[in-house]
Amino acid sequence: MGFVQARWDEPLIIQLSHTNQIPDQLANATNPPQKIRRHTPPTLPDLAEIDVIRHYTRLSQENYGVDLGIYPLGSCTMKYNPKLCDQIASSHKIQEMHPYQNPKMAQGILQVMYETSNLLAEIVGVDKFTLQPAAGAHGEYTGVLLMQAYHADRNEATRDEIIIPDSAHGTNPASAAMAGYKVLEIPSLNGCVDKEALKSSVGPRTAGLMITNPNTLGIFEREILEIADIVHDAGGLLYYDGANLNAILGKAKPGSMGFDIVHLNLHKTFGTPHGGGGPGAGPVGVTKSLVDYLPVPTVEYNGREYFLNYNLPKSIGKVRAYYGSVAVVLRAYVYILLHGNDGLQTISEIAVLNSNYLAAKLSKIRGFELPYGNRIPGKHEFVLSSSKLLKETGVSAIQVGKRLLDMAIHPPTIYFPTIVEEAMLIEPTETVSKRELDAVVAAFQKISDECYAKSETLLTSPHSTTVSRIDEAKASRPKTMQLTWRKTNGELS
Amino acid sequence: MTEPHRYISNSNPQLVESMLHEIGLTSIDELFSDIPKEIQTTATMNIPSQSSEADVRRKVEAVLAKNLSTKEVISFLGGGVWPHHVPAAVDAILSRGEFLTSYTPYQPEISQGMLQALFEYQSLVCELTAMEYANSSLYDWSTALGEAARMTSRVSGRQEFIVPHYGHPERIGTLNAFAESAGIKIVKTLQSEKTGALNLSDLRNRISSRTAGVYLEYPSFLGFVEEEVQEIARITHQAGSLLVVGVEPISLGILRPPGDFDADIVIGEGQPLGNHMNFGGPLLGIFACKGEHLLRQMPGRIIGKTSTQDGTQDAYCMALQTREQHIRRAKATSNICTNEALMAIAACVYLSILGPRGLTDLCNVISERTHYAQRKLSELPGVKAPYFDSFHFMEFAVNFDKTGKKVSEINETLLNAGIQGGLDLSAMFPDLGQTALYCFSEVHSHVDIDMLVDKLQQVLRGN
Repeated sequence: MGFVQARWDEPLIIQLSHTNQIPDQLANATNPPQKIRRHTPPTLPDLAEIDVIRHYTRLSQENYGVDLGIYPLGSCTMKYNPKLCDQIASSHKIQEMHPYQNPKMAQGILQVMYETSNLLAEIVGVDKFTLQPAAGAHGEYTGVLLMQAYHADRNEATRDEIIIPDSAHGTNPASAAMAGYKVLEIPSLNGCVDKEALKSSVGPRTAGLMITNPNTLGIFEREILEIADIVHDAGGLLYYDGANLNAILGKAKPGSMGFDIVHLNLHKTFGTPHGGGGPGAGPVGVTKSLVDYLPVPTVEYNGREYFLNYNLPKSIGKVRAYYGSVAVVLRAYVYILLHGNDGLQTISEIAVLNSNYLAAKLSKIRGFELPYGNRIPGKHEFVLSSSKLLKETGVSAIQVGKRLLDMAIHPPTIYFPTIVEEAMLIEPTETVSKRELDAVVAAFQKISDECYAKSETLLTSPHSTTVSRIDEAKASRPKTMQLTWRKTNGELS
Repeated sequence: MTEPHRYISNSNPQLVESMLHEIGLTSIDELFSDIPKEIQTTATMNIPSQSSEADVRRKVEAVLAKNLSTKEVISFLGGGVWPHHVPAAVDAILSRGEFLTSYTPYQPEISQGMLQALFEYQSLVCELTAMEYANSSLYDWSTALGEAARMTSRVSGRQEFIVPHYGHPERIGTLNAFAESAGIKIVKTLQSEKTGALNLSDLRNRISSRTAGVYLEYPSFLGFVEEEVQEIARITHQAGSLLVVGVEPISLGILRPPGDFDADIVIGEGQPLGNHMNFGGPLLGIFACKGEHLLRQMPGRIIGKTSTQDGTQDAYCMALQTREQHIRRAKATSNICTNEALMAIAACVYLSILGPRGLTDLCNVISERTHYAQRKLSELPGVKAPYFDSFHFMEFAVNFDKTGKKVSEINETLLNAGIQGGLDLSAMFPDLGQTALYCFSEVHSHVDIDMLVDKLQQVLRGN
């Protein structure tokens, strides 16, 4: 008997409610004035605590996470994070701290923020960090605003273009466009930045280049120093998307690769679990020439005490209320101390080893191949293409992914990056054992065999998950769309 | 490579060697041979070596011990992050590894739990706000405001956004960072110095065919609650603009929901719904709207109900993804990817535990504490509490001008007595003089409030 996910047929919590009786609003001397008084209390579930606990515990059992098994979702760094990070972050010394408390009462958390900024700056080789952005994309937006302020300060506000490789994360062009930039997408050559295409794209309108290194194919951009020169010579800045930092800790610092602005995803590399989509944190680090523009406040230390500094005349201002995802920053602090210098390097070494091991094994399986030749060593993730499998058996990468679910393996990121046909971006991370990697290899082998044997089981998968294959299109079609528990006529479903 | 590491699988040297061997390599260094030497030589990190769990715990706890949390001092701070009791059951559910260690539910068949819970969150937000659609979270209220302004501009093709004079400065600051780059001009409209009510004739003067949206905080940053909401909606819609209402969600247990007075977009801060304050983050951005036209322009992930392909089971998955960055790239409605899903789960558990009765009771307790504190504080000589003559929820401004003392002095003295006084507003709103924003929720007992009043009396007397 293999993996079978829980299947509770759990109704919506509102359907569990034993009564829909709405309590009468008590006549109360402190009631709001008539014009702004609520007359019908909101329809909320009416349940005992145990019913609520059972409902959400059952739902949790219908969900898959890193604590249950391998989750090699490329670009997302779904690794195990030490439980100590969460435990320390559950102290009232952080949870019950109010952001407007007198800094004298917040010296501990300010010290954590100050030291974490410095540690991050040392790890990536830049001068100063802001911890404020709430997530990677928010960090990108902040970074692009910093770029804008830098150029404006040099009377070069006419620089209105940002160059982005076609293999980039979708957030990069979205962030640049949000800041009002024209996005120039340049094609890749053999999976890397095409230097000639870059040269012909830069010019007096170039604000900067946004890339990640290793790139989204898990390939280290060897020509990064020349790339940096091309952009800098044109007067542009180099932006580092930190999504792939897990590959290069202690091996290459973005600062020494020529990057001016760096965002990190603390929830990927530094100790915060993804929480089903968030929260995360996207701190942004910059080199000296951009320090003046960082958002307010920065966390500073004057030798006696830590304080919040709002006195930054050239700052881009606020990018969010308060100071950032502080509880996530605290986890990063714990994570870095636990691993230390050696441990951080080991993270990248094993993440890259695991990735190359898996790439080598999977590329030998019928129907699968590594695009651009067997690029070993790659970095912490790799793209496997199943276009041969599609041609020879008609089975798509999506269907391969669905079959993996039956084997308790979370599928890779499918169809990204878009420049590779039938792409599966696979990132095992450093926290999977050789046994698990071998199980992934066995699973792909089994699926390959099933594909060529035209197995019905494969085509109708998944079978072991809470529900069978879902009709996703139906959820977005105007006639069948349902986005809350009320139907179009207002009735509860 | 050093010794095996507790948190890193396969870091045993023999295992490393055999894995390398299997792929035709002999050393870890070969795995990094693609990184140019000049980059590798500068990669050394000057950070401490690894420590044991016990040592790290001791060190970090010692640093955090320098904090005095709101469990150790009595705090009357609110202003966008509010002190509430978080039921133990909320933290128990959030610690479930299946939720905690999952990613955005890209593979719906194996992620039904998270998807259904987020669908319930969207539904609960709609019940509270009386809106039609909600997304499954943004970062916080301030960035939700930025997104809302951009959305009104996209929908209307207009470039001005009207905000109230007494709007939260940090939110308005964030709005600037989101609006400026979209060419949206922020226009401030007046509010009465006496009641805080929006000056309707000033609004009529400023609103025009250039106005994309009008923003209202409800309750306001300073705790008073605007009464002419229906009229504001009418004026806004008459000009062809959209009404954006920002809410503190617990207040909607007794306040008329924005959907009921024709708000087009509702944003807010979900932190009070079962999330800890965490020194201001992470938070939970609420975002809801009405009408399919607006839905198509909404930022963030949306979960929909559907069925299995064979039609035998209900199921949930992400919907309307063509709005999002991973599909639409530079043309997406927003760049948001990571959101605050786990905090949204907290909101589900919190609201389900409270139930309709519990929410009404909570609102009544908060109102009772707020009014008790108003009465007691206003008895102090020279103290004006509340500063604004209006209905307040949970917070109100207290003016000390006639006491001859500055808020900063008062707060300093209170702190020595273990009390964190209200937020000093004197720099944010110089027109309010020496004023502080005080917050009173269910966590403040009458004893706490009496102690505050006693200490304030001593401070103001000068002893």
